[in-house]
Order: sequence, then C-alpha cells, then structure tokens
Amino acid sequence: MLGKLTWSAIPFSQPIPLLAAGGVALALFAVLGWITVKGHWPYLWKEWITSVDHKRIGVMYVLLGLVMLLRGFVDAIMMRTQQATAIGHAQGYLPPEHYDQIFSAHGTIMIFFGAMPVMIGLMNFVVPLQLGVRDVAFPTLNSTSFWLTASGALLVNMSLVIGEFARTGWLPYAPLSETSYSPGVGVDYYVWAIQIAGVGTLMSGINLVTTILKQRAPGMGYLRMPMFCWTALGANMLIVAAFPILTATLAMLTLDRYLGFHFFTNEAGGNMMMFVNLIWAWGHPEVYILILPAFGIFSEVISTFSSKPLFGYRSMVAATLFIVVVSFTVWLHHFFTMGAGGDVNAAFGIATSIIAVGTGVKIYNWLFTMYGGRLRFPTPMLWSIAFLMTFIIGGMTGVLLAVPPADFMLHNSMFLVAHFHNVINSGVIFGAFAGITFWFPKAFGFRLDEFWGKMAFWLTLAGFLIVFGAMYVLGLEGMTRRLQHIDFTEWAPWLYVSVGGIGVMILGVASQLIQIVISIRHREQLRDTTGDPWDGRSLEWATPSPPPAFNFPVLPRVHGEEPYWTIKRKALESQGLGDEPDYEAIEMPRASATGVVTAFFATLIGFAMIWMIWWLAALGFVGAYATFVVFAWRDEEETRISAEDVARIDRARRASRQAWLDAQGEQPA
Amino acid sequence: MTAQAQDPYRIGRSGGGEGEETTGRGEGGPASKRTTVGYGFWIYLLSDIILFSGFFAAYAVLAKQTAGGPGPRDLFGQERVAIETAALLLSSFTCGLAGVAAERRNLLWAQAGLLATGMLGAVFLGLELSEFAEMIGKGAGPQRSAFLSAFFGLVGLHGLHIGVGLLWLGTMMAQLWVKGFQPQILRRLMCFNLFWHALDIVWVGIFTMVYLMGVAP
Repeated sequence: MLGKLTWSAIPFSQPIPLLAAGGVALALFAVLGWITVKGHWPYLWKEWITSVDHKRIGVMYVLLGLVMLLRGFVDAIMMRTQQATAIGHAQGYLPPEHYDQIFSAHGTIMIFFGAMPVMIGLMNFVVPLQLGVRDVAFPTLNSTSFWLTASGALLVNMSLVIGEFARTGWLPYAPLSETSYSPGVGVDYYVWAIQIAGVGTLMSGINLVTTILKQRAPGMGYLRMPMFCWTALGANMLIVAAFPILTATLAMLTLDRYLGFHFFTNEAGGNMMMFVNLIWAWGHPEVYILILPAFGIFSEVISTFSSKPLFGYRSMVAATLFIVVVSFTVWLHHFFTMGAGGDVNAAFGIATSIIAVGTGVKIYNWLFTMYGGRLRFPTPMLWSIAFLMTFIIGGMTGVLLAVPPADFMLHNSMFLVAHFHNVINSGVIFGAFAGITFWFPKAFGFRLDEFWGKMAFWLTLAGFLIVFGAMYVLGLEGMTRRLQHIDFTEWAPWLYVSVGGIGVMILGVASQLIQIVISIRHREQLRDTTGDPWDGRSLEWATPSPPPAFNFPVLPRVHGEEPYWTIKRKALESQGLGDEPDYEAIEMPRASATGVVTAFFATLIGFAMIWMIWWLAALGFVGAYATFVVFAWRDEEETRISAEDVARIDRARRASRQAWLDAQGEQPA
Repeated sequence: MTAQAQDPYRIGRSGGGEGEETTGRGEGGPASKRTTVGYGFWIYLLSDIILFSGFFAAYAVLAKQTAGGPGPRDLFGQERVAIETAALLLSSFTCGLAGVAAERRNLLWAQAGLLATGMLGAVFLGLELSEFAEMIGKGAGPQRSAFLSAFFGLVGLHGLHIGVGLLWLGTMMAQLWVKGFQPQILRRLMCFNLFWHALDIVWVGIFTMVYLMGVAP
C-alpha cells in the first residue's frame, strides 16, 4: 500500500535531523497558526498564492530563495564546525553518512533552491517593468513555474525527516548514484526534486525569452533595452538550451535506478563518463545562468549610482552574447583528469581561458562607468564594488584552474572549492543582495535601513574573505574536499581560521535579518513617495512604488537608451510633466489556482515515485491532467480595470512627481 | 487583397505602426497574442529538440555496446517501421488539413482531420508498442544491454510524446465540439500542429539513425 515507506524511514535514532526538523515544523505551524488566527488566508490566497502578477510571483520567488539560502547556510556552518572539530583524534559530531548528506544538500539547495529562485525572482519582478509592459508573456505559466520550484524545495526538505538525502555530492555522479552503490531513497529525492523544479525553471525560461523578444513598449528596439534585460535574455536562452540536457540526464539515471536500464552502470556496456559529460554540458551553462543576471544587476546599480549611462553598452551586449555561446564549449574542464588526452584537454583549456575575456570586457566597462561619474555609495553600490574586487580574484584562480597541468594538481582540492565559492559568492550572492536592496523600495514602497545594510555588507565581506582565503591555502597545502575527518593535523590552524570566518558570516546574516525587521518598523521614515528613490534611469522607476497591478496606465513610448532619464530631463527643462493621457480601461490576466494545484499534484507524484507508491503517483497524474483541462476550459481569461480606477491611481502618481519637480525647482542644481 | 491580408503578421518585417497588429520587433510595441503564443511554443519546441538530442547522443555513444546480446540487425524489421513512418507522416498531413479547415472555420472538416490524425497516431503507437513487446518477449528488453537501454530510451521518449499528443488531441477535439472556434482554441490548434510536425522531424532522425544506419552494412 505505501511502497517502501515504513516507520523506519524516520530517523528516530539521529537527534540532529530530528531536532532540526522539529524546530522547522514548530516554526511552520506557528506561522500557519498565526495566519489562521489573524484571518489572513483569504488575502493570501487571492492576492499571492493564486496571483499571476509578475511582481507578486517575483517577490515569492525571492522569498523562497532567501529562506533556502538560510537553510543551505546552516549546512555550511555544520560542515565548517565538523571539520574544525574532527582533526587528529577528535571525531567531531557528524557521522560520515550524515556528513555526506549535508554537503550534498548544501550544494543542491544553494544552487537550485537558493540562487536560482532569487535570480529568477528578480528577473520576473524587474524585466516587464524595465521593458515598459504590463506582465510577462504567459502569466499563469509563470505562477505554475514558481509553484513547481517550491514543490521541488519542499521535497528536498522532506528528505530531512522522511528517509534520507543523497550522499553523492550535489551532482549525483554515476555509478555511485546507481542502485548498487546508493540503494536508499536519497538519490531518488534528489532526482524527483530537481526534475520537478527543473520543469518549472524551463517554463520560466521560455516565458522570459518570449517576454523579452515579443513584449516590449513601443519604440524599445533591442539596442534600447536596459542591460539587465539583455543579461536576463542571455540567462534565459541558456535555460532553454541547457535545462533539457539536465532533464534528459536525470531521466536516464531514473530509468537506470527504477527499471534496470544500463545508461551509466558498470555492467552491460553502460558508460559512466557519459553521465559526467552530460551533466556538465548542462552544469557549465548553469554557472552562467546564475551569473549573467547578476552582471545585469551590477550594470544597473553601477550606472545609477555613478549618475552616468553605462559605459560601452554595445560591447556589454556583445560580451553577454559571447558568454552565452562560449559557455557551451567549456564543460570538459570539470573533469580534465578523465583521460580524454592532451589535445582535447588543451582545446577545452583554451576555450575556458577565452571565456574570461567576455567577463574582462564587462569589468572594464563597469570601471569606466564609474570613472568621472558622480558616485554615491548606498548599500547596493557597496556590494557592486566588493564584487568587482573579489570576483577578479575568483576569475584569476579560475583561469589558473583552466590550465590542465595545474588542474591535475588542484583537482578536487579545497582550492577548487574556494575558487567556485569565490565566484558564486561574490558574483551571484553579492549580486542578489545588491539587486534586492536596489529594487526593494520598488516592490514594497519603502527603502531598507542603510545602517544595518552596511553592517551586513562589511561583516559578510569580511567573513567571506576569511573563510575562503583560508580554503585557498588549505587547497594549496593539498587538502582534498568533502573530508569528514582530518588526519593531517598541520591543516588545523587554517581550519580554525575558516570556522572563525563563518562566525563573522553568521553575524552578517544576523544583520540582514535585523535590517529587514528594523526597516519594516521604520517604514514610514523610509517611505519612497516618488517611486524613484535612487534617481534611476530605466522605466521601472517611472512607476509608483509599489507599482499598480497594471504597471503602466499607458504604455510608454521609448525614444532612446535611457527612457526614464530622458523623461526626467524633459520634465526639468520644461518645468512641467507631460499632458495627462487619455485613460482607458485595462484588461489584466485573471488570477488562477492552476499553478498551486499543479504543484500540489507534482509533489504527490514526486513523493509517490520516491517511495514507489504507484497508485498515488497515478492519482497525481490524473489530478494534474484534470487541473490542466479545467484551466483549458475557462472562458474568461481576463479581468477589467476601469478607466476611472486607472485615472485615480495615475493621478496620485502624477501628483507626487509634480511635488518632486517643484522641489527640484527650488534648489538650484 | 491588401498587403495586410496577404501577410497579416508582417513576418520578417520590422516595425508596424501604432494600433496595427505587430510582431513585437521594436517599434510597434507588444506583439499580438497569437504571435506571442506561437513564438513561445516554438521556443518550447527548441528545448524539446534538445531533450531529444540528449537521448540521441546517448544512443550514439552506446549503439555498439551490445554486451554480447542482440544488435540492431537481429532486432529491427523494416516492414513495421515502414508502416509506422507512413502512418506518422500521413498524420502530419491530416493535421495540416485540420489546421486549414480551422482557418476557414469549417468544424466538420477540422474535426475529421483531427480524428484522422489521432487514429494514424494511434496506429503508430500501437505498432511501436507491439515492437517493444516482441523485443522484450525475445529477451531483448532494455535491461539486456546498454545499446538496448539507449534504444528503448530514445524511441520510448518519442512514443511518450506521441501518447501525450494524443491525450492533448482528444481533449482539444472535445473542447472544439463544445465551444467551437474560440480564439484561444485556435491558438492551441496552431501549437498542436507545430508539436505534431516537430515529432515528425524527430522521427525522421530516429528512422535514419536507429533503423537505417543500424542495419547498414
């Protein structure tokens, strides 16, 4: 009846996962109870859970990502403390089978459920606003994408209490991940969680590519799009081109595990190196899927706070597209030691070095954007400058690793771990924080507290440098990655430095949380009344904060690269806003529960497949199909916002802009 | 006929003035719903082709790994594959006819075309399943060797697409029956046409790589 699922799946003998899960469950029930007592369910259901508004979905994506980043950070703390307490005779507190699950979960959660949702969320929120349109191309599909990602995250976290997670690392290399070596449900949790979330990501990629290429305000040609839209286009084209490879690879692994196929097995002619090739043919573009949106964020932030247009806009576009193409030609550098031979290794080593040129172009463009600008240094700018300095170190160690002979020495060492954390932290994570502080006022109508933002910045930066600086040294001293116990006591000092660094990072994370609480409390002082808190240059700042559901009462006409900057200059020169437009009723897509219901059935399917409860899986498929039919059968796809409402909302916006304009007139520029 | 009627979506042209239906390329503002839906579906199809290419690559790598078991020459009969191919290509033709009939708002012919498409698709799927059953009966199932794993993976993935397509087709015929030619149903019909043709193209690849090259001397 329940497949492989029995009471023994719950780890009663292991206190750590049980306590952690208990804590999470308690917190979850507290939140749900509070919502129920306060009667917030109807609001949440109508305005958020079933919402198809790209802004709401973007916010939910970012929220999911931040919660999962915290979860992955707890794993990181456990790994650092275990290694610091398991040197020589000491054994630490995590048994090997548990430690292996932790480093696997850390990588999986950080990439798939932390970094990806934050980046996709920011793109979702910002791109339609920057393009000057009212929503993405397929709003209900967008909601479905988000809920499928959440469903995957739920499955990964369920593995904490029901069964176990993979012990194979964040990419389940075959044949270790085959049933002969991983008979438990850990790899199955991984496979189904990633497949379900991956479908969501793929649909989100299709949606954003179509949005950027087909839904733009009148006059916004390709070379007038803000840089963030360009990098979002690059990242989403990569999603469309790379994620199917992941789906195919994991489908083959699933067939191996469930039906005894021989794609990657040791026996019957299976080819385990094919797994490594396929997974990295997705995995390397994935790196750029994460970093390209961050590059876009840095471009917007640096240009805004330098009060200058972006330097070398066209070369930036070219560099982005160059990276998109070349990212598909470097995957083999993840396994130079496979034995493909000198020629092949040389070709991939050279390609890897060449891809750094694209990033180099961007670095110079950012530097020249700052050069001669009127610089301001609020929190988003600090994250961007720290990125510029630390990312170069990560990039250079990357080019070092691209040299095959050097890679043979450093392969699988802590040096490698330090390298990719260096680039992902200073690129993606700093980018995410820069983007979140930058666009937070647009989403919520008030700015984040600057003092705690800067505290968080300095502590995170310091902790990050200490942790990974020490890891570089450990790697050069020959320490390999993923060690549950350290026999070699000479490494101890650097491991202690590293664990000290994570202590500083904990303070940084705490500052972030304090920042959010303080900002909510002081929201009236931090209120953004104009909709343009940073003196921005692109169209998202032309809307009020937070923007109305329809974003723009009338689609803006675009005449140049920095449309909102032009509008502001014109208003200042003529000392007046343009004439009030003729307001018309606006049709907006109707809210739909399709996304959340589909994700509910997807979770059922995933859980049932993991535990081999076949009837439940069948039920899930029937439910998903029924949901699809109900959605397809609906007659009314849109709701109407009346011309009066549109006029009322826009007149409030115009009044605040007029106040801004009057204030500008009083103080001579 | 006006220029607009000859080329309603202004394919390959930039611009388009205010108020008229545009392609979303620059000047004219957001594209029409029909253009957007078709375009998005094309992007999906590209991603689907990449999914197939993963399985094609696996087949190319594993094709010679028969592990002492039967190879392509021992297993593939040309007659059945010829009938399968004929049925699938013909179904694409009838699918196209259904699309033309829908453009002319002829419900009878549209439904007839879709029905023929579905029946030909079912013939294809039935033949494929009988081939699979025979092979498994002979002890040449996917567990036998890596070659057979790759074969069942690739051909099975295509079969799965056809199966899902038939489910979609049936749902859409029922919807057409109840609701008639509504704009969103016409858009879905266009997407289905694209989907079905894409599966045809993939099948041509499978036919060449698996069934022809497999038995070539």
